[in-house]
Amino acid sequence: MTSGSGARPLPRPPAKGPVTLAALGMVVLYIWALRRTDVSPVDFFWGIPDMADLFRRMWPPVWSYIPEMVGPLLETVQIAILGTTLGAVAAAPISVLAARNVSRVRAVYLVARTVLNVIRTLPDLLLAAVFAIAVGIGALPGVMALAVFSFGIIAKLTSETVEAIDPGPLEALQATGANRSLMVHYAVVPQVLPQFVAYCLYVFEINIRVATVLGLVGAGGIGMWLYRDINLLRYKYAAAIILAVFLVVVIIDAVSTRLRERLI
Amino acid sequence: MNPPRATGQGTAGATTQAPGQGPGPRSPRYSHWWLARQAGVAVLVVLVYWWASAGIEFNVDRLLRGLGQLWTITRQMFYQPGPDWNYFPTVFEGLVESFNIALLGTTLAAVLAIPFGFLAATNLAGRTGAAVGKLCLNAIRAFPELLLAIVFMRGVGPGAFAGILAIGIHSIGMLGKLYAEVVEAIDRQPVEALQAAGANRLLTAWYAIVPQVLPDFASYAIYRFEINVRAATVVGLVGAGGIGKSLYFQLLAWDWSKVGLILLSIIVAVSVVDYLSATIRSRIV
Repeated sequence: MTSGSGARPLPRPPAKGPVTLAALGMVVLYIWALRRTDVSPVDFFWGIPDMADLFRRMWPPVWSYIPEMVGPLLETVQIAILGTTLGAVAAAPISVLAARNVSRVRAVYLVARTVLNVIRTLPDLLLAAVFAIAVGIGALPGVMALAVFSFGIIAKLTSETVEAIDPGPLEALQATGANRSLMVHYAVVPQVLPQFVAYCLYVFEINIRVATVLGLVGAGGIGMWLYRDINLLRYKYAAAIILAVFLVVVIIDAVSTRLRERLI
Repeated sequence: MNPPRATGQGTAGATTQAPGQGPGPRSPRYSHWWLARQAGVAVLVVLVYWWASAGIEFNVDRLLRGLGQLWTITRQMFYQPGPDWNYFPTVFEGLVESFNIALLGTTLAAVLAIPFGFLAATNLAGRTGAAVGKLCLNAIRAFPELLLAIVFMRGVGPGAFAGILAIGIHSIGMLGKLYAEVVEAIDRQPVEALQAAGANRLLTAWYAIVPQVLPDFASYAIYRFEINVRAATVVGLVGAGGIGKSLYFQLLAWDWSKVGLILLSIIVAVSVVDYLSATIRSRIV
């Protein structure tokens, strides 16, 4: 507050104009969005009894159904394991090509980056739905969809890690006249391997969650049984499946998080 | 030059450190125990993959056949006959609906997650309170959007509203967790200053906490919006509105040139949203 001769002037408050304009724009956007979609709180309140009824008809779950569902649950885990692994195997070479500091040919780098960006725009379940119709309903389209999805994320994360490695070993190897593949093997791989494995586990956690609903779009796993039971209005059976899935997801999450913490 | 970081795998340095003590935990390279463990892990990994691929009758032959079919269909989608541009108005309509679902769903979550964020923050809710809050958030997150969409469709009927509710509720899980981390990282000094000046709890929250957390909250909400744009293209597959509805019908009709156009449009639309969102986020924080 002291306005002495050498005092710094008070910071000027930010300009109000752009902020007001942005706020106005947001309001217009929201009004437009609300009018375009059939949002209606009234419908929601009228729908509460229906939803409550759904939950009432789910209780108590048919516990004896859970042993029957062990097979499909294991299939779900298997889909996630295979999908993550295939994606990770494909991601390993691409993530080196998509790293600016190692990929010397600019065209290769740009192509790899673009491919990864395009792949990551497509949601896993969308791919699963397309694959399910394309190659036939079952576990295979699920594995393929998760593989493509995992490939996109793992390659992106790993290529960023490769870009952040210590350049010292790279330069040292280059100075000894090592070729490109030797450089990758001795300077890149040891530095990024723990991170790479951690990313794979992280994606595996995501994939387990996705794998439980793949069946809703015809791509295998427990979701197929869940969808069937919901469509047959066997809500007590559906509730048992949901609880079993919940348990499996929580357990696998906990194990995977533990492993990841030990890695890094 | 910086020396490379020392890692767990001991090299020469580790072995000279304790010459008389035999293999300690830091120099495990030549110990039998270490070798046995590595072998055990390797066997375990092989067994897991064997189990996984046997369980779903997954083999290379089936995979290659699937890839072949996929190649044929991809050609039909993008090359011959290629995307069906006459169908574009419908696709555009669907994309706009998906955008709206994502926008409104994210907003719903961004608002509803605020109380959860404060309740799950250790510095405000205490240890037990925060643990309970985080448990709630994890439980919410465990129910996938598609499942919630099916539940909400029972209440409000098929359509965009069910999708908004599904995405809105599911996103609370992640946003609440991120919000809590933001709240845990706030600077205590403004809070103490206001308390010293005699401000009540509401005023303290409004002048000392909200200004600190708002930019990060907004940034995370926009990040979640990126994720939800993708989710909003999917919920239509079970009937909850958006472009997924059109995709579902065209898939069932085996109309691959229309499917091609839908996929192409989604790729472009999601890329544009990602780009805009990243730009806005970089300006906020």
